[in-house]
Amino acid sequence: MLFYSFFKTQVGQQVTIELKNDLAIQGTLESVDQFLNFKLKDIRVVDEERYPHMLSVKNCFIRGSVVRYVQLLPSTVDTALLQDAARREAQSTQQMQQQARPANVATA
Amino acid sequence: MSFTPQFFTTAESLVDSLDKRLLVVLRDGRKIIGILRSYDQFANLVLQDSLERIYVGDAYGDIERGVFIIRGENVVLLGEIDGDIEDTLTLRQLPIEDIMQMQREEAEEKARKDKLRHHLLYKQGFSVDFADNDLY
Repeated sequence: MLFYSFFKTQVGQQVTIELKNDLAIQGTLESVDQFLNFKLKDIRVVDEERYPHMLSVKNCFIRGSVVRYVQLLPSTVDTALLQDAARREAQSTQQMQQQARPANVATA
Repeated sequence: MSFTPQFFTTAESLVDSLDKRLLVVLRDGRKIIGILRSYDQFANLVLQDSLERIYVGDAYGDIERGVFIIRGENVVLLGEIDGDIEDTLTLRQLPIEDIMQMQREEAEEKARKDKLRHHLLYKQGFSVDFADNDLY
């Protein structure tokens, strides 16, 4: 959920998504979902000539499973906030694991 | 942690792309163009009036495919085709037999280059993996 929330803050920003097949697509982040699928609008393909099929595509939906990197503008990212959120998430996951673990059973 | 049911959240859904002509790129490198009629949370797709478009060089060829049901795990991306730009493309359409021929030649050329490259790497001591899982 953390990265889903993070990307929701990035909606409207310029991002470049690099796929596992080396195709890199620059565009405005329109939306993101829980699987980290992305929708980009007004896209520009980096190294256009290698991918003629993308020439007439302006908006696209990218399945999360094929993403290698999402490149962002550093100025749009609050790293302190991210660190805090990660710490909180780690703590809450730890707590849940402790609750899930059965308490020591007293032997007869 | 509550396990949210797996459906598209309202911010992110393909409902806006329904009944539109889309380009679908698959993991095996194929490009399918068709009208999106249905989808689900796994990005399984139903495309109608679809064709497989094969690009070679500055040309392309189409193969009619009719109704396509695509399993979501094979989907790389969906692109909305802009009709205006489509009309101004400099790519030329050729009969599919010609395109298949060109594709075969391109594949042979690539196989030749790969063989040479693998041989050179092998001589240097690299072990080369021939398995191409994702061809896109």
